[in-house]
Amino acid sequence: MLTYALRRLLTTIPVLWVAITACFFILRLAPGGPFDGERPLPDAIRQNLAAHYNLDRSLVEQYLIYLGKLLKGDLGPSFINQDFTVVEQLMIGLPYTLTVGGTAFLLSIVAGISAGILGYMYRNSFPDYLLGIVVLTGLVLPNFLLAPIFQLIFGLKLEWLPVGGWGGGAAVNIVLPVVVLALPHVARISRLTRASMIEVMHSHYIRTARSRGLSKASIIWRHALKPTLTPVVSYLGPAAGFLLTGSLVVETIFGLPGIGRYFINAALNRDYGMVLGTVIFYMILIVVLNLVVDVLYAWLDPRVRST
Amino acid sequence: MIFRSSRLAAVEASLAGGSPPLPGRSQLQDALARLVRNKGAMVSLAMLCLLIVLAIAGPWFIPHNYEDPDWSAFRSPPSLADGHWFGTDQNGRDLLARTLFGTRVSLLVALIATLVSVVIGVTYGAFAGYVGGRADQAMMRFVDVMYALPSILFVILLMVIFGRNVFLLFAAIGALEWLTMARIVRGQTLSIKQREFIEAARAAGLGTGAIVFRHIVPNLLGPVVIYATLTIPEVVVVESFLSYLGFGIQEPLTSLGTLIAEGTNVLEVLPWLLWFPAAFLILLLLSLLFIGDGLRDAFDPRERG
Repeated sequence: MLTYALRRLLTTIPVLWVAITACFFILRLAPGGPFDGERPLPDAIRQNLAAHYNLDRSLVEQYLIYLGKLLKGDLGPSFINQDFTVVEQLMIGLPYTLTVGGTAFLLSIVAGISAGILGYMYRNSFPDYLLGIVVLTGLVLPNFLLAPIFQLIFGLKLEWLPVGGWGGGAAVNIVLPVVVLALPHVARISRLTRASMIEVMHSHYIRTARSRGLSKASIIWRHALKPTLTPVVSYLGPAAGFLLTGSLVVETIFGLPGIGRYFINAALNRDYGMVLGTVIFYMILIVVLNLVVDVLYAWLDPRVRST
Repeated sequence: MIFRSSRLAAVEASLAGGSPPLPGRSQLQDALARLVRNKGAMVSLAMLCLLIVLAIAGPWFIPHNYEDPDWSAFRSPPSLADGHWFGTDQNGRDLLARTLFGTRVSLLVALIATLVSVVIGVTYGAFAGYVGGRADQAMMRFVDVMYALPSILFVILLMVIFGRNVFLLFAAIGALEWLTMARIVRGQTLSIKQREFIEAARAAGLGTGAIVFRHIVPNLLGPVVIYATLTIPEVVVVESFLSYLGFGIQEPLTSLGTLIAEGTNVLEVLPWLLWFPAAFLILLLLSLLFIGDGLRDAFDPRERG
């Protein structure tokens, strides 16, 4: 088990390195530099700036400097908000993104799996059809459409929940963003769970368990649940990535001060340093989450470990 | 309906009447018959055709242009009387014309980006599968790697760096969506390359490229078409997502995502600016989803849940 985790970690590092290198050089291919304003800067200032940000070195040197700093946890300077480094800005936004994203992640797993099991137990009857409608809504309505619809219904018409803002972390402020973020994944996870449960319940050992006279609940909980969850777990890695891209929209629409909004603002303002830093940060986050999911998967399904 | 032929109708009728299938039906005919019997898919197909016709031909029949303001009607709500069926926006532009034009752009992006993804995915997957060995291992490992990364960020990165160019958008989205296609194609290629006709081609002295493109790729048509259909709604969503965030289609052009973003901002005062583009996007996605699922069920009945 531990060797499997270590081996996965070792294959992860070159992946990250390739991705970081690609991002770095794509960014340096960009036409124009960060200090090309409408009014050209005086030469002396330009030279000082270039020296300060190492822009006067060769591309390879800049790359090595960037990598070296990255290893020390420094993602470089932000070119627009010059009072903050990229890491400082990320650390300001991280708690908000993690709170909303983490809650949405948990909600998708818990609600998705429960809904899937319920859908299986009541298949082809009313609760299952209700689930079908929710699944379809989650699959068809993109989050940038779901968010304003929920804001209109629950915020403006019913006035149950605030339409946006962080509100000092009040629970009511988080409800809508979390639900919008989680719904597509609740839909996918419940569909996966339901289909997987149908398959598992047809297998021979379940028939054996049934013939021994075990109750339905006990069969589902003790025997069917773990194998049912393997496809769900393998979806969790990609789901983390989707939640992350979803948070870009959700944080923008609901006005939450998380990383996603920093990223969008930085991208719209062409803050290259910030964009590069955030993309790399996101990639590290995603790759680590995928690693965790893979290890979890190997724990659930021992056959994976040997490959 | 596109797929309905007289023979199919006969097959369908005989099946509906409970009589044994007509003799000599090919797999394709079987699949098409299954597709035709799938009501959801057929309704969706009709809906999609309607949307396509509206998007292509509609703008010619509307007296308004998607970018010219009507100076006598700003922010006017939908009404049949003044000729603005969907109302107008803050700049007095007719929303019906803009929605139809936006649908056209979204469909175009979806079509081209899907084509790009098919070309990349099929070429990559077929070569990986046919060449095999270490090259295959390395190529598929690369696909695994790309899967793990939030590739939409790369698209945003590209759009930030190289400016918001429509053609770059096509290419970038296509370059984002080819991974699953490559996996599917590789799997199919692995089984096709065992067949005698490939051996014959090799014996005849054909090169790798010629075998892949002349003998393997044409045999991949079925799964490729099905998966491409399933890719289209994803591409539509990605395009709307990017346009919504401001990285996709830019003024004066418009797409459904751009229109939805504009509508969201004025949701409280000019709600129709959101509802009409949103309805078009949802109808488009729903019908594409049902057609894709219907095709998959029809051609691969084992997948049916």
